[in-house]
Amino acid sequence: MSAGIPLVEFEDVSFAYPVPEERGGSGFSLTGVSFAIDAGEVFGVIGPNSAGKTTLLRLLTRVLSPTRGRVRLDGRGVESLVHAELARQVAVVPQETPRPFPFSVEQLVLMGRFPHGPARFFENAADHAVARTAMAAAGVLELGALPLDQLSGGERQRAMLARALAQEPRLLVLDEPTAHLDLRYQAETAGLLQRVNAERGMTVLLVSHDLDLAAQVCDRLLLLGRGRVARIGTPAEVLQRSVLEPVFGCEIVVDAHPTSGRPVVHVAWPAPLARR
Amino acid sequence: MSAARRLVVALAVLGAALVVVIVIALFVGSAGLSAGDVVRALTGRAGSSSVESVVTLQLRLPRVAAAVLAGGALAVAGVAFQGLTRNPLAEPAVLGVSSGAAFGVVLAQIFGLGLSALQSLGVAVFAFAGAIGAAAAVYAIAAVPGGLSIQTLLLSGVIVGIFFTSAITVLISIVDFDRLGGVVHWLLGNMAPIPPSALALFAVLALGGFWLVLRSARELNLLALGEEAAVQLGVNARRLKRRVFLAAALLTGSVVAFTGPIGFVGLVVPHMLRGVLGQDNRLLVPTALVAGGIFLLAADTVARNIVAPAELSVGVITSFCGAPFFVYLLRTRYQATL
Repeated sequence: MSAGIPLVEFEDVSFAYPVPEERGGSGFSLTGVSFAIDAGEVFGVIGPNSAGKTTLLRLLTRVLSPTRGRVRLDGRGVESLVHAELARQVAVVPQETPRPFPFSVEQLVLMGRFPHGPARFFENAADHAVARTAMAAAGVLELGALPLDQLSGGERQRAMLARALAQEPRLLVLDEPTAHLDLRYQAETAGLLQRVNAERGMTVLLVSHDLDLAAQVCDRLLLLGRGRVARIGTPAEVLQRSVLEPVFGCEIVVDAHPTSGRPVVHVAWPAPLARR
Repeated sequence: MSAARRLVVALAVLGAALVVVIVIALFVGSAGLSAGDVVRALTGRAGSSSVESVVTLQLRLPRVAAAVLAGGALAVAGVAFQGLTRNPLAEPAVLGVSSGAAFGVVLAQIFGLGLSALQSLGVAVFAFAGAIGAAAAVYAIAAVPGGLSIQTLLLSGVIVGIFFTSAITVLISIVDFDRLGGVVHWLLGNMAPIPPSALALFAVLALGGFWLVLRSARELNLLALGEEAAVQLGVNARRLKRRVFLAAALLTGSVVAFTGPIGFVGLVVPHMLRGVLGQDNRLLVPTALVAGGIFLLAADTVARNIVAPAELSVGVITSFCGAPFFVYLLRTRYQATL
């Protein structure tokens, strides 16, 4: 699978937040993490809360710099890329949209064009065309004039996705894309990811604690536990009871999805107690 | 309509309104000149020492220029601080930055600096330093991991404002009052005519600050999504914040140095523009320059005519408009975020 240079490569990466000792500091948030994502893959990073998923994403987008190790994009260290250069390669759909100022959907999506012409004061016609295509792909074209604070959670999520698509990145990173979405939008988001990957050849990095979503859409999974790589492999290899239980610290049952055949993870809920 | 076209239309409308307000400001006043007198003075057909010439060219015209410059600079500073702090209620006076600059100016006056060309530069430097000191203090007090919340930012602005206002009172109390003649009037914000050389310096500083904010307008839009998102979109957030911070301090400091700490222009004007034009800083920054000029010139024209032949300080008028407006914003639009 790994022919040529991988698109993303973490080489023995460690990171410690500068947190004071008394607040649980000095601990590493990531320790010796190594993995590679090939171009064209849909790759998932999963794990329990505070396993280091968000830190990993921030290291990739150079919001943070590793304490040790190297993060490479297409063979080049991310620290050597100028800001706009990195943003032309990697686009992030964040978990939540902060919204003190209600920009319109179209204005938001056009912001994705910034790395393609940072010196321009206004976007040009080509930028507008790309933005429209991105809005159509994410299903928010008819919402263009609406301010963000008038959108539902699902619509806002799709607007953020359209902004990321407008960046025309090689790698699309999604941070907990279904956290606030109901079932219908979860299904739509999964479908959209698969389309973007299949039709545009975009590599997708999905960061999620939704194991079932990750199992459905990802080619390979990286399971993080306490900042270390617990397992890398296909969903069938990673989503096994013996692998998951020590990482999540609870009893787990894995079976197969009735239609897709991919693994589905269940918590082994305690049996209800008889009331006295 | 594209953003560029909307900007052109908005600037045309505001430019026409500015011309109207300038004409009104030149023609009305307590001197009781007729329209014909003013026209004669403006066209140079009145004697240079005639009453109409002195009133129109040496009193009203510089005052109009100072008001337009100060209003524009304050409104742009408001947009800059709002973008920088991602807080729609931020403004030089609310943040205590005006008070810091005022402290610098009082200090400069104690050292004997006046409004001659070179000395006014010294006053501006003191005001700039005061503005930077106050803004840095507010930021240091309010900054918590994850950004600046509306409550802590407003509170620390109030605290820093009170501190510098008290410091000014101390200075005034311990220094011989004659050396600080007019300082109380100036502290309320006033448009007393300033010499042409000082006016020119004011224009250079204010337009310099405006240019820095305008250059940053597109990136300020991205910063509204949060610093992490801005970095991920290719913005050098650290450099951007430093540039806008310096520009906003420069704008505030120059206004305070030459006309006094005038409040609420940076709140009222940007919000009226946001209501019409939306949140795009590329539209807000240039239109705020013109609309701020209109607002402060209108306020000053009211201030010098409403109780003529006496006159009110223009800061009183802007505060009378701004304070209720602030309460309105706090109680309606931003209640959810508090």
